Amino acid sequence: MTNSLTIVLSGEAGQGLQTIEELLMEALAKDYYVFSTKDVMSRVRGGNNTVEIRIAEEPVYAFRHTIDLLFLLNNHSLYRLVERVKEGTVIYGEPAFVDMEVVEQKKCQFNSLNIMALAKEAGSQLLANIVLFGFISGMLKVNRNSCHAQIERRFSRRGEEVILNNKTAFDLGYENGLNYLSPVEIKPAEDKIPSKILDGTTAIGIGSIGGGCNFIASYPMSPGTGVLVYLAKQSKNFEILVEQAEDEIAALNMVLGAWYAGARGMVTTSGGGFALMEEAVSLSGITETPCVIHVAQRPGPGTGLPTRTEQGDLNLVVYAGHGEFPRIVFAPGNLEDAVRLSQKAFYLADKYQVPVFILSDQHLLESLGEMPPIQLEDHYLEKFISKTEENYKRYILTEDGISPRGIPGFGAGLVKVDSDEHDESGQITEDYNVRIKMNDKRLNKGQMLLDDYESAELIGSKEYKHLIVGWGSTYGVLKEYVQTTERNDVSFLYVKQVHPLHPSLKRFFERVENVIVVENNATGQFANLLKLDLDVKVNHKVLKYSGEPFSIEEVEQRLEEVIS
Amino acid sequence: MKKFEVDSKTDIAWCPGCGNYNIRTALISALQELDIEPTNVVFSSGIGQAAKMPQYIDANYFNGLHGRGLPVAIAIKASNPSLTVIAEGGDGDMYGEGGNHFIHNIRRNVDIAHIVHNNMVYGLTKGQASPTSQKTFVTPVQINGVINEPFNPLAVALSLGATFVGRAFSGDLEQTKDIIKKAIKHKGYALVDIFHPCVTFNKRNTFMWYKNNSYYVDDTYDPTNLNMAMDKVLNTDKYALGVLYQVEGRPTFEEQLYLYREDNTPIIYRNRAIDKVNQLLAI
Repeated sequence: MTNSLTIVLSGEAGQGLQTIEELLMEALAKDYYVFSTKDVMSRVRGGNNTVEIRIAEEPVYAFRHTIDLLFLLNNHSLYRLVERVKEGTVIYGEPAFVDMEVVEQKKCQFNSLNIMALAKEAGSQLLANIVLFGFISGMLKVNRNSCHAQIERRFSRRGEEVILNNKTAFDLGYENGLNYLSPVEIKPAEDKIPSKILDGTTAIGIGSIGGGCNFIASYPMSPGTGVLVYLAKQSKNFEILVEQAEDEIAALNMVLGAWYAGARGMVTTSGGGFALMEEAVSLSGITETPCVIHVAQRPGPGTGLPTRTEQGDLNLVVYAGHGEFPRIVFAPGNLEDAVRLSQKAFYLADKYQVPVFILSDQHLLESLGEMPPIQLEDHYLEKFISKTEENYKRYILTEDGISPRGIPGFGAGLVKVDSDEHDESGQITEDYNVRIKMNDKRLNKGQMLLDDYESAELIGSKEYKHLIVGWGSTYGVLKEYVQTTERNDVSFLYVKQVHPLHPSLKRFFERVENVIVVENNATGQFANLLKLDLDVKVNHKVLKYSGEPFSIEEVEQRLEEVIS
Repeated sequence: MKKFEVDSKTDIAWCPGCGNYNIRTALISALQELDIEPTNVVFSSGIGQAAKMPQYIDANYFNGLHGRGLPVAIAIKASNPSLTVIAEGGDGDMYGEGGNHFIHNIRRNVDIAHIVHNNMVYGLTKGQASPTSQKTFVTPVQINGVINEPFNPLAVALSLGATFVGRAFSGDLEQTKDIIKKAIKHKGYALVDIFHPCVTFNKRNTFMWYKNNSYYVDDTYDPTNLNMAMDKVLNTDKYALGVLYQVEGRPTFEEQLYLYREDNTPIIYRNRAIDKVNQLLAI
């Protein structure tokens, strides 16, 4: 594991934890490598919510279980974290917030810190989160001027007085923080390349805009709602039609209507909402109307754990919809891939006239991380819409297997699309031979679209005996493990396109002694797909389904158990 | 062949004597008289006997899922407001399976015509009750007779602020055509509920039953008076036919969209600049 400082802020919903998280991440990223995750209860006020920020001299991308520095923001912010404090953990907070028995038992250190009193001193209790931002910045000796600049940017619309009050609060916190030392010494990273701090939600939003998305219809459902909100925020700037649908069924049907008319549409939802969309996925299949579907996983079944993370809906997405038809499923594991694959999703949906899925989860969407500078190209904005001629046939059988897609009102032809089995012109048919031809045409695209397969990435040595396989958000923790383990015979295969799987993936499994699939679910859904689709023998499954992401310590321990 | 007409040899899947034939004739005449190009007309339909209509009219269509004609229709219209969009289906399709879309698209007031063939019975699935079936109507499923109150689509539409509510009877070709024409021309959401007999599965609400249990509102009727319209549609002793409510000037969904306030170019003809997207990635 990378040497890092893990700071946890523990409070309740409504205390502004997210604001401190964003401010600290931006401030700290100037000198350190940073990564943050949150654990949020499904409530609007109260409860116990935490934010974890990891700071390191090397890149970090994983959740760490053990807390080095803990800030308690109310009197019920410790009880859920007892397991995570250890000898050496330094706890800050009001004396009434801490259970001294825990401190003694765990041999941690407690420092009294009254943030509220400092906030009052600065002018208002509402400034508490800025005082804390200042305190931590002071302790870590972050450049004060750049923090001031951040405050100016953040509150620029709220006037000089608000900015001044916030700077005063920050300075008060900062001066106090200077009196303390961090329990883990982290040196500022030298020659750190500036990076962009963002979360997975924003990454998927930006990628979708880069893919030409100009229509989104969705029904809110955590953790998928963020993408809807992000596109709404950008809708004026990028001319995106945003509509909150009456239900998920309407949402995907709207998106199909939009693509049929010539737009590039998407839905964003979570497993339960997606379950309602399944019939429309099948409609996309038979009508060969493209669509992009973002499924943000959270633990199920049913309502499950609405604000936590899981990778339990892979099978749902791969098999969703009645009948047989091809689809593409991307599972980005890092921010750059979340951007790039979301962009590519729109292009491939258009090119092959199939549903394309972006399969994410709460952990990817809501963690803040660093993304290296990247630029998108306009290749993926290429449109595959044909101007129609008179007597145009929407489902004409062509040599290359793709029927040119016209849209209504563009050209002299008529665009006739039917969810019944249809002939080349789009008329309903019950002719068995036509049925076979049309079914073959659709299914053959499943082979064709492998030409655009998004290759898996091997992280670690090419000479490996043990191969760890992961997809989606386990990327960060598995990469950190492989990069920091002392073993040199372990590598990590990060699969970004989980369906369909390209036969060439089999090469990674040749001559390997031990295949270990790590998944954030209880049944090893991807391990099963590997067996089914590629006949890969999986030796071990390392699974977690508590609702939390894997921590780096847990991965180290559980992988060591199966690598020997 | 005249515009919108299909080859006379087309095998039509409706029963002989079905009210759908007349609705089709009325619809084609309405479109011809409105002088619209078939390339600019899109039908969006669900599943059912009524929803097969687009198969027998030469225009663009998206024949999708049962109950889902409306969400597809409104997205087409919003993506390209220059198209004339008609959502069409039966009472089960639009009021049963698609009930939620019916409610919320009235609220949206998208500029579409919504044509619902209402024969008070399920045809394609062979004779079960529909949301508009009358009480005591016996079917293979409701063997002791329907016990639910019949759905009143016109009252629902009026209560949700529909700007055009009409009812027709397929037995009267001329009037049906006229009401459809007015609905297509109307700016905003326009509901036309069309009574028609199902000769195979509804032996109770026959051609004669509809004829004897309906009447046209006359010239003295003021279709801009919401209270009067509500009165008419709530009275089911005899059913009022005609344009029962119409108000002009209420902004449509598309007009209110930020995207179309200053520029009416359909979004599908606007381009995305990748340089601008890259600004989002700037550090």
